[in-house]
Amino acid sequence: MHHVILGAGPAGVLAAETLRKQDTNAKITILGAEDEPPYSRMAIPYLLSGQIDEEGTYLRQDAGHYKNHGIEVTRARAGALDAKHKKIALEDGGEVQYDRLLIATGASPVRPPVEGLDLPGVHSCWTLEDARAILDLAQKGDHVVLMGAGFIGSIILEALVSRGVKLSAVEKEDRMVPRMMDQTASGMLKRWWEEHGVNVLTGTQIKQITRGEDRLDVSLSSGKSLRAKLVVVAAGVASNTGFLKGSGVDTDAGVKVDGFLRTSANHVYAAGDVAQAKDFSTGEFSVLAIQPVAADHGRIAAQNMAGRETPHRGSLNMNVLAALGLVSSSFGAWDGIKGGDNAAMCDADAYRYLRLEFDGDRLAGVQAVGFTDHIGVARGLIETKLRLGRWKDVLMKSPERLAEAYVACAQGIR
Amino acid sequence: MQKALVIDPVKCTGCKQCELACSYVKEGEFNPAKSRIRVFDFHQDARFVPYTCTQCAEAWCQSACPVDAITTNERGVKEVHDALCVGCKVCTIACPFGTVNYNASTGKVIKCDECGGDPACVKACPTQAIVYVDVEQAGFEKMKHWAKRTDAGAQASH
Ligand SMILES: Cc1cc2nc3c(=O)[nH]c(=O)nc-3n(C[C@H](O)[C@H](O)[C@H](O)COP(=O)(O)OP(=O)(O)OC[C@H]3O[C@@H](n4cnc5c(N)ncnc54)[C@H](O)[C@@H]3O)c2cc1C
Repeated sequence: MHHVILGAGPAGVLAAETLRKQDTNAKITILGAEDEPPYSRMAIPYLLSGQIDEEGTYLRQDAGHYKNHGIEVTRARAGALDAKHKKIALEDGGEVQYDRLLIATGASPVRPPVEGLDLPGVHSCWTLEDARAILDLAQKGDHVVLMGAGFIGSIILEALVSRGVKLSAVEKEDRMVPRMMDQTASGMLKRWWEEHGVNVLTGTQIKQITRGEDRLDVSLSSGKSLRAKLVVVAAGVASNTGFLKGSGVDTDAGVKVDGFLRTSANHVYAAGDVAQAKDFSTGEFSVLAIQPVAADHGRIAAQNMAGRETPHRGSLNMNVLAALGLVSSSFGAWDGIKGGDNAAMCDADAYRYLRLEFDGDRLAGVQAVGFTDHIGVARGLIETKLRLGRWKDVLMKSPERLAEAYVACAQGIR
Repeated sequence: MQKALVIDPVKCTGCKQCELACSYVKEGEFNPAKSRIRVFDFHQDARFVPYTCTQCAEAWCQSACPVDAITTNERGVKEVHDALCVGCKVCTIACPFGTVNYNASTGKVIKCDECGGDPACVKACPTQAIVYVDVEQAGFEKMKHWAKRTDAGAQASH
């Protein structure tokens, strides 16, 4: 049995390791398009802030890890898939035959149609190669413009600030992290960053970037313009499905998969940022491009590839964001569900906010700013659909007693 | 012989010696806020529940870690390696039990590591509400039962 995995990110690596646990004899090959050992994109911000070197971003720290587990990691980019003959054509020639295939090719940053995004000095922050360019350009005191202050943009924001650059963040929507937190929470975040010297421009679009003599000029929809040595683009990502055209694998926003992470083609599975899989909260199939989902997908897809039927019941959307000491997070249906109750506590001066959303007497979503203790219980409560009973009334009055409610319900103290 | 922490909340009197012992051994200070074990106090119901990591076989914290900073030692315990941890906190939201916490003063995460096989909380507990016993013992079944009751999305741990 030859298992081939396209993609050397967390989904691919977790899948390979799971396959090895399930089957000691199978041949396992990971094909990765980048010229690096398997690494974590989400460790890049810590490389930028100088906390780790490149090796610190590697998914496995033991250099012999893959070899020791009989996992072959090869540098190769898949160019096309022939699912009928179970063959992958590689971009630089050659082909690979598989018995089971996992598509774990992740996503790539999108480039909005703005003039000047192809100029030197404009970079995404997605790969180690991007990181090297940013490390080179973003020196203390330099003017840097960040395009996009969504979740990933906001993570990059912190890394850039910690490099001591003069930063402006431009977000076209009316608030930061619009898909992670509500107006109250993101308003706190914006105020926090402004207090830390970041120029945050929400409701503002970058119209054009032009190259001046020794700098970039960034024109904004407000009519103003910013000068910059570096522009970092974090304007969203799209799943890497291009090579699947005509392959018989159905795609939409990502690769379409069923409740076992199987694609429309026999013996072909998908996981991670490239997969359009079930969202636990909405029940819909959408791309949840986050690390814990990539890990869970990788593991579940591999179980199924190895013949151990394992349903994917849906992944929970969850994010945690650090902003120089201010930690925020959100889980599941953080913006509420139709007809559900909610409870919130807010102390804006202390940068503390907690909002709970309920579905009957079950927890459906959480947003937290300035709360970190035992925050994982939010996931536990949402995913187990544990009935809160009278603890719901407690939480309606005192949302901060969330962990207590969880332990009590699990222990039968009702 | 594999050992495990077994907690019997019924025996807990809420003295919180375990929290003090844990924070002292792990952080060098008596500070329950930095303890890896926490006693939940349900005084209205006259119940106390000591609560800490149950060392999942397939641990969400470990698989979600982007930089290999959480590994399984020979005792099955999930350990955080400070030198590798970047403080991204993804494990703190991935753990459905909420037993991995962020320590703002170090910028790293903390969780129970059973003190390398000699847990301080066990020694500090005056009523044997927390014991460290061979996993084959009956008590372990109880703990598994507890873990199951609180088991979130069992899907990934199959
Ligand atoms: C700066 C940054 C910060 C982030 N921070 C967080 C965070 O805090 N929390 C969080 O949850 N998530 C975060 N993320 C997102 C997280 O990194 C992704 O969700 C995760 O990497 C997805 O894993 P994956 O394995 O699906 O895809 P990827 O990690 O993207 O891996 C895809 C792999 O496929 C390869 N590939 C692509 N095309 C081909 C091809 N045709 N043939 C062969 N190989 C191919 C790529 O080279 C790569 O090896 C962050 C991302 C970035 C960029």
